[in-house]
Amino acid sequence: MSLDVTTFLAILGMALGTYACRLTGLLVGARLALAGRAKAALDAIPPAVLTAVIAPTLFATGWPETLAGAVTVLAALRLPLLGVIAVGVAAIVVLRLLAG
Amino acid sequence: MTGSPHETSPSFLSEWREGIAELAPAMIAAMPLALLYGAIAASKGLSPFAVALSSGLVFAGGAQLAAIEMWTTPVPVAAIVLSTVLINARYVLMAASLAPKVAHMPLWARLLGFHVLADENWALAERRAAMRRLTLPYFLGAGAVFWLNWVAFSWAGAILGPIIGDPRRFGADFAFTAIFIGLVASFVTTRRQVAVVVASAAAATLTHWMLGSPWHVLAGAFAGMGMAVLVWTPAPEAAT
Repeated sequence: MSLDVTTFLAILGMALGTYACRLTGLLVGARLALAGRAKAALDAIPPAVLTAVIAPTLFATGWPETLAGAVTVLAALRLPLLGVIAVGVAAIVVLRLLAG
Repeated sequence: MTGSPHETSPSFLSEWREGIAELAPAMIAAMPLALLYGAIAASKGLSPFAVALSSGLVFAGGAQLAAIEMWTTPVPVAAIVLSTVLINARYVLMAASLAPKVAHMPLWARLLGFHVLADENWALAERRAAMRRLTLPYFLGAGAVFWLNWVAFSWAGAILGPIIGDPRRFGADFAFTAIFIGLVASFVTTRRQVAVVVASAAAATLTHWMLGSPWHVLAGAFAGMGMAVLVWTPAPEAAT
């Protein structure tokens, strides 16, 4: 099959590394029973991680991305998820056209 | 595994269906992204089989897209693996946060379920767990469909890539950003959570500017957690 050894090694390394991250969390987290500030820190993980992943796209790419992000945030305040995606994608296509 | 597995448990099928319905927008948003990944990978010389294999085994969109951008001949295996681990280090935090909410599930389901754990279905599982008990068909069942969706569309991207051209023309890359904005919005209901998001965005942007790509994710995650600790106050309604 069209799969050379180096490609396979790279894929395998990526797979093992990724699963190790997921498994570590599963093993560590199952032993946690937190309250107070520690629980607040853990509860902050979802929004903090999701925000961190996209922040450079929104704030350090170009004005079309920043503006489309602002439009998408407004959409997220009132629309369901699919509508948010539609508005975001439409906004970026239009703004990138304007930016040339 | 403890207690009666049938205690007022909703039916397998209805839970599964509900999980898929809630994941549907994320799956639709993942389609152009998977096509984008497959198309770029094919242009770098990966076969459709290698593309599908990588999506099935790695199953981490952001890391896969980063890896394929780094892909040259000869393949820099060590650099690609290191970048993957750094980008996916957030899964340690995410999985740790979700682990207690799936502790009642059998081990095999947790092992499989955490392999098909991506940002989107993890976020939805967290949101669901805040309201009710997570069930196996909701968590693993919907996750498996999400996985299949990602593998199938990245494979299709590898085949169709040369025909459709750059999916970025259609704003496909921003679908990823838009769904993350939607997911963040679903978590932010109090002023404290706004502070968390602002701290994370500021730290991530700054770190991305100073250190570059994978580091911003961890910086933002820890800044957000730090802010949550700072603004925490014992809430009177915390009894629930």
